[in-house]
Amino acid sequence: MHTLKRIWACIRQLSGDDAYERYLAHWHIHHAAEGGEPLSRRAFFKAEQERKWNGVRRCC
Amino acid sequence: MPTPADATPRPLTPLGMLIWFVVAITGASAVGGIALHRGESINSLWFIVAAVCVFAIGYRFYSAFIAAKVLVIDPTRATPAERFDDGRDFVPTNKWIVFGHHFAAIAGPGPLIGPTLAAQFGYLPGTLWILIGAVLGGCVQDFVILFHSTRRNGRSLGQMARDELGPIGGIAAMLGVMTIMIILIAVLGLVVVNAMKHSPWATSTVAATIPIAILIGLYMRNLRPGRVLEASLLGLALLLFAVWGGGWVNDQPDLRGWFDYAAPELALMVIAYGFAAAVLPVWLLLAPRDYLSTFMKLGTIIALAVAIVILRPDMKMPALTQFIDGTGPIFGGTLFPFVFITIACGAISGFHALIASGTTPKLLSNERDMRMIGYGGMMMEAFVAIMAMIAACVLDPGVFFAINSPAGIVGTDPATAVATISSWGFPVTVEQMETLAREMGEATLFARTGGAPSLAVGMASIFASAFGAGLLAMWYHFAIMFEALFILTTLDAGTRVARFMLQDMLGNLVPALGRTSWYPGVLLTSALVVLAWGYFLYMGTLDPLGGINSLWPLFGISNQMLAAIALCVATTILVKSGKVRYVWVTAMPLTWLVIITSTAAWQKLFSPEPRIGFIAHANELATRLASGAIPPEKITQTQQLIFNHRLDAVLTMLFLLLTWVLVLDTLRVSRRALGGHIHPPLSETPHEPTRLAEGWVRD
Repeated sequence: MHTLKRIWACIRQLSGDDAYERYLAHWHIHHAAEGGEPLSRRAFFKAEQERKWNGVRRCC
Repeated sequence: MPTPADATPRPLTPLGMLIWFVVAITGASAVGGIALHRGESINSLWFIVAAVCVFAIGYRFYSAFIAAKVLVIDPTRATPAERFDDGRDFVPTNKWIVFGHHFAAIAGPGPLIGPTLAAQFGYLPGTLWILIGAVLGGCVQDFVILFHSTRRNGRSLGQMARDELGPIGGIAAMLGVMTIMIILIAVLGLVVVNAMKHSPWATSTVAATIPIAILIGLYMRNLRPGRVLEASLLGLALLLFAVWGGGWVNDQPDLRGWFDYAAPELALMVIAYGFAAAVLPVWLLLAPRDYLSTFMKLGTIIALAVAIVILRPDMKMPALTQFIDGTGPIFGGTLFPFVFITIACGAISGFHALIASGTTPKLLSNERDMRMIGYGGMMMEAFVAIMAMIAACVLDPGVFFAINSPAGIVGTDPATAVATISSWGFPVTVEQMETLAREMGEATLFARTGGAPSLAVGMASIFASAFGAGLLAMWYHFAIMFEALFILTTLDAGTRVARFMLQDMLGNLVPALGRTSWYPGVLLTSALVVLAWGYFLYMGTLDPLGGINSLWPLFGISNQMLAAIALCVATTILVKSGKVRYVWVTAMPLTWLVIITSTAAWQKLFSPEPRIGFIAHANELATRLASGAIPPEKITQTQQLIFNHRLDAVLTMLFLLLTWVLVLDTLRVSRRALGGHIHPPLSETPHEPTRLAEGWVRD
């Protein structure tokens, strides 16, 4: 069961399914002190896609 | 605290030595078996065993040597991901996750198509080149570039070339990347077009992938933001449904006409699609298509590996064919240098240097992971190339050549084509090809040059035997859809990347054009990029000798040239950091690349044989045009072809020049460095100790 959970976590991270959760965790550690609100799930995903596609991402 | 010595693998125990001795003996026997076998057929298990053993030894010993002695990997050093950890670009990530991202980014359609085309020489030359080229060249390139970029805060290859070599190196690298992108997209587009021409099933299935991607894009943005996994699963189900739906369309006499096109028409559609994909927002088409194609790619590669291991099919292609003399029907040119040009991805691919610099280094949590990700990632790609070689060689050679030979070589009518191919000693009949086409749900399989259809036939027969026969047509179109899906992803993404680079360059002249948010600028630069590759694609469909004959070598030369640029940068860095003793590690593959690209480029330019030399071909057509041997309706087309071959010659010249400029610049900087003269200093960032607890807890 533990192994299955780890595999599932790995698949989610590989595919980017848990990107928002990871962003929230990062925000609370590094940026919460600066005040403000973290991005909403929708806004985060929007910004993320724009950013990810500004560069070389795929090979032949 | 860990010390630099931690990166050095422990010395072998007696048991370890015994095990590696057995692996070495097994590998040597398998490679020897493949090389010396001269029978009717050879089992594909030999290839799997040879690849596993060769790669295992290369990884265990050669990559360990490079990590410990040449690069001196330092696990105590904080990586850029740790130092800049911004939660966005720079994120310390688990090594398996980075490996997954890196592999998904480097493995595209290249390693599937190259080996399939190179199978015209027989299975032996391509297989040996993949095994040796990957261990001593491709894996080394990916590994050292990943290392150098990580030590330079994740700088890109172009930036590193500028920093280490000077402005000339930087410009040459940027020009190289730009041109390789254009040629790559054109040739991949041609592969898809040749798979779809006059095939309503393939065309309708591939067309359906566009609305499916858009639907998934909308789902991930509006319905359930960021739910990547469930959206991808939904998309995969729809894609499988589209494969079945294509078969249904093919059976409807009223509908099939809507999806039945000749190659030039399809080329225009792909061009229009490419432009739309480049100017539409990424979330609508590009991003969802990328998710789907990544899942599809990993799934199919794993399924193919499992099927080959279960089935262990016999390879029917001879070890060597008579076409090593340069008369091959798929592309002209002798074994040396053209097998090394044809198989670029899978053995050594310069394009990887773009991923290994810039993207991947920003995710590494410890330098120790680089060996597995850089060296190991490329090894996996070489393994994919070996599987593609197997899938191509399980076909009857006669069938393989019937599918891949362009009509200009074997004739347009089936009876002539099979007679020509049989006369080469590869017997095939019209009935055999008709039955095969019917089984695959196609009207004809003749002259589908490009590798995708023959690979699909090979994969379909392997899949059908391993996972249920009777579904041949479904498996065939699944394989075509799978290849088309990620070729189109490369086409979309490549167009965007080329557009960014063009905007960057033009931005120096007209600042407004450099702004990625100025829409007219986006439209203009996208149109320029699409026109550039669209031109080569369209001309490829008109060429009676099959555009693959001229485009694929151009692509191979440009990709190997990019690898040469990457190795020039790596070699310069080794010299400057006082490791002249180990400079052969990068200088050896670099020398080989310079030899093969220069020879191939020279032959593509000046060979008197029209099927090899661009200039000779243009002159031959010009002579025929002048003597009135060309029918009036073909005159315009012939003039276009003449211009096209001259343009190809100019491009080849450019590649040759760029390679030599870089090599001479490398020699110049190295000499200055060795002689103690002024030279661009090493741009490596200073050592900062890692603070990540993970650094010494794991393993």
